[in-house]
Amino acid sequence: MELNQLVFYLFAGVAVASSVMMITRRNPVYSAMYLVVSLFSIAAIFVLLNAHFLAALQVVVYAGAILVLFLFVIMLLNLGHDFEPDVRGRFWWFFGLGLGLVLLAELVTLLGNLRGPAEVDLLTPLFQARGAVAALAESLFLNYVVAVEVTGILLLVAMVGAVVIAKRRV
Amino acid sequence: MLPESLVLSAILFAIGVVGVLVRRNAIVMFMCIELMLNAVNISFVAISRFVGIEGQLFVIFVMTVAAAEAAVGLAIIISIFRHYGSVDVRNFRLLRW
Repeated sequence: MELNQLVFYLFAGVAVASSVMMITRRNPVYSAMYLVVSLFSIAAIFVLLNAHFLAALQVVVYAGAILVLFLFVIMLLNLGHDFEPDVRGRFWWFFGLGLGLVLLAELVTLLGNLRGPAEVDLLTPLFQARGAVAALAESLFLNYVVAVEVTGILLLVAMVGAVVIAKRRV
Repeated sequence: MLPESLVLSAILFAIGVVGVLVRRNAIVMFMCIELMLNAVNISFVAISRFVGIEGQLFVIFVMTVAAAEAAVGLAIIISIFRHYGSVDVRNFRLLRW
């Protein structure tokens, strides 16, 4: 087995295990911490899949910004101390696990048999020619510049909305 | 490494779905939604090797939408906590039949 594949399986195992821990811990702070572990392993998998810039973005945006926001809200609402046990009863576990297994079987039969042509690799020559960031940025700011603008407006709207909704009295 | 990545993405997505179904804490449900978004991102990155750089560009947009969604969603959770004193989804039954 190649080293690449070994590292992939290692991080995939860590991601799956910490995700399972995330949905089974009763304390929301522990859940958030396991989510951080899961997101970091996903960043490592991005590196293995030839997406170095996205791996950095994953660490900065998810582990750095979104998770801090989650932890801040958990601490603000004081849910880390006097949390109520919130895991549903046995019926919901059977229902959820059954539904999850059915979904997993569907997705695996759909996706697991998908084989790309093994010799095709469009990214490596592009990254070698332009660099990992410039290749992304060129396509983003030349071909998809309207989408970037729309996403900027979306962020502005979300920011205003978050402030207005969380305000005590408008 | 394409089939392995897609299967990993499917497993993480299913774990996220199970988490949304079995938890009642709105914040933990939110974290499970973030996990599902990440699972889809793995698929995009894995496929981008065969379809070109667009797969990775889409991941950037998904991350932006996820950040916006987290900010608005957590604001809603704070506002609900002020109203009910808890983030248990059993309390949110104004629009429920």
